[in-house]
Amino acid sequence: MDIFQLLTLAGVVVLVPTALAVYIIGLEYVVRLLPDATQPRVRPWIWVTPALVFVALFLVYPTLGTIQISLLDRAGNFVGLANYATVFNDSGVIIAIRNNFLYWLVLYTVFVLVFGVLLAVLADRVRYETLLKSLIFMPMAISFVALGVIWKFMYSYQPADAPQTGTMNALVTTLFHAQPVTWLQDRAIDNPALIATAVWGFTGFAMVILSAALKGIPGDLLEAARVDGAGELTIFRRVILPLLMPTITVVGTTLVIFALKAFDIVYVMTGGNYDTDVLANRMYLELTKFSQPGRAGAVATILLLAVIPVLIFNLRQLRAVESRR
Amino acid sequence: MGVLKVRGFSLTRSFVVPLVALLVAVGCATGSSSDKGSVSVLAAWGGSEQDSFMAMVKPFTDRTGIKINYTGTRDTSVLTTRIQAGNPPDLAGLPGPGQMYDLAKQGKLISLDGVLDSSQMASDYAPDWIKLGQYNGKTVGIFIKTSLKGLVWYVPKNFQAKAYPLPKTWDDLLALQDTIKNGGTAPWCIGLASSGADGWPGTDWVKDIVLTQAGPSVYDKWAAGTQKWTSAEIKTAFQTWGTNFVNKSGYVYGGAAAMKSTDFADSATPMFATPPKCYMHHQASFMSGIFVEKNPALKPTTDFSFFPMPPVTSANDGGHVVAGDLFGMFKDTAQARALMKYLVTAEAQTIWVKRGGALSANKKVDLASYPDDLSRQMAAVLVGAKIARFDAGDLMPPAMQSAFWKAVLDYVSNPGQLDSILTNLDKIQVDAYK
Repeated sequence: MDIFQLLTLAGVVVLVPTALAVYIIGLEYVVRLLPDATQPRVRPWIWVTPALVFVALFLVYPTLGTIQISLLDRAGNFVGLANYATVFNDSGVIIAIRNNFLYWLVLYTVFVLVFGVLLAVLADRVRYETLLKSLIFMPMAISFVALGVIWKFMYSYQPADAPQTGTMNALVTTLFHAQPVTWLQDRAIDNPALIATAVWGFTGFAMVILSAALKGIPGDLLEAARVDGAGELTIFRRVILPLLMPTITVVGTTLVIFALKAFDIVYVMTGGNYDTDVLANRMYLELTKFSQPGRAGAVATILLLAVIPVLIFNLRQLRAVESRR
Repeated sequence: MGVLKVRGFSLTRSFVVPLVALLVAVGCATGSSSDKGSVSVLAAWGGSEQDSFMAMVKPFTDRTGIKINYTGTRDTSVLTTRIQAGNPPDLAGLPGPGQMYDLAKQGKLISLDGVLDSSQMASDYAPDWIKLGQYNGKTVGIFIKTSLKGLVWYVPKNFQAKAYPLPKTWDDLLALQDTIKNGGTAPWCIGLASSGADGWPGTDWVKDIVLTQAGPSVYDKWAAGTQKWTSAEIKTAFQTWGTNFVNKSGYVYGGAAAMKSTDFADSATPMFATPPKCYMHHQASFMSGIFVEKNPALKPTTDFSFFPMPPVTSANDGGHVVAGDLFGMFKDTAQARALMKYLVTAEAQTIWVKRGGALSANKKVDLASYPDDLSRQMAAVLVGAKIARFDAGDLMPPAMQSAFWKAVLDYVSNPGQLDSILTNLDKIQVDAYK
């Protein structure tokens, strides 16, 4: 690192806070000169503007840039929607879309939610709840890359005559006396194997939030239901579940967004081979390996378009949940 | 400053004091080291390879005072990202000629014609090697080290125990593997997995077969993207590989399941078991380094050795697929030029050769410099190759190479779908070479 870079760094460290301080103190001084009645209307904008500028700079500008790049070829010529046509004609992308929507969006989301609700409700009724919840939540502390590496070892395969070093195949061969399975190389089970890994890693997230919502259900409500003669299953179906529904929806939509941008686990565990590819990995490959920024931009834009409705729905739900409090 | 003092918070104390300390530290750090400047180098080497590279450049630093700042990463996207951001390293290892052409086309690589002494280069290197570093007639890449592909590794004591002869011809090889199979053991150990690049070990077989079956002219057209994958020559190469080896029941230890799930670096381990679970392993010259890394007790020549993969047709005898680690220059500084000039010399290349794990394409590197008989034999094959062709996969654009890797995995899983696999490769070929 040369002296110039370090000076730039030092400059940024000093200049950015100074500029912000000058901005706030200076404008506050200006606002105080305004009539008292106008002040409350102007002041919020002064505080919000830096945030708006940063959002525009780091979110809106790159988004528009990506969309623009998706309309250009490698040489930078405008090619209209040609990149989108290429992408949709690529059998690899079609498989990635299938995986993103069928396996990740549906299976992953459903399993995480089902396990999350079950664990939250069941853990609520045992004495060692904290311990149980800590254990289930623990995988959230590791990165998805580490998660992928760990599970790659768990799924490791050795020929039938060799000792099985992977946990899964050790179980399969010793408990069930079956042939070892190539979990990550067999098209019939590799996607579910990846989903199982992701579910293991993310169930804790759903469980913790749902558990918090569960604690928010008033005890007398459940008591009243019991007095009325409702069984525990009926209480779960008719009282708990409807009251948890808004939270389930918010967690569910968050999971859907995670599902659409799934990358780490696939990249680490299969590299997208044997029909396990996902859109985010296609985007990565097109951009960094194949030097096709236009196609990468097209994939990114497709992902963005797929996520937007979910985002809007998620925000609406979040607002609904908050207004009910 | 009084305005900014809020509950003991002083701007002077919080920002200015650490800043002054930082600047003083920076001043000291740069003042003491950058008399002669430095060169930043980015390459894929880590571990022992990184040590060897550092040993290679040490005499250069000692002589000139120019420091080398080395960064090692196997993630090839680091280089592309840094280039796109306008912040490339001075020198960088290139994943292959395919990527080199790509970068040269974009004008990112600096021509070395004014940097390297062309008459010295011509006397040190075979014309093929110089040509491999050129784009549009301009030299943009040099080879730090090279490797020899298409070797068949075996354990001499296992071969002696059964009195198996070393095959000289293709028919010898087929006869030998039948004998081994009839003896109750799988002839081959094959692993196709490799994090992020699954399938490449299989493509090495196909390249060998194309070169010595269809011949160098088809091979060249194939690498250049003008030979259709669905053509009879390429299809036959795939079939030759499949019907004789990988898809032949009992000829590969563990079958397709083991091939697909075993990492190439671990795949030869069963060959060293007692009794051996296989007798032969097809892999490039660098495999000797991996054998020793996996089991430091193994000694080259006595514990493992190799014979070159025999040519499919005798007309193409002496055909070998080679590969190498290319280096390119991204920033034109006096220090980077000096280092480039040094790296191509026999003096520099001998250092890595002596440390093992590398073959040099520089003709002036003495064969006696190789640390053992095995690497000397490999160097002799490399220098004596009648038809030397660079790894076709590395010559292809990355999208084509990547599809080739995948195709091999698909072929091993579903040999019956060869036609549709090759048709798909043709489709990618049309697009990838644009």
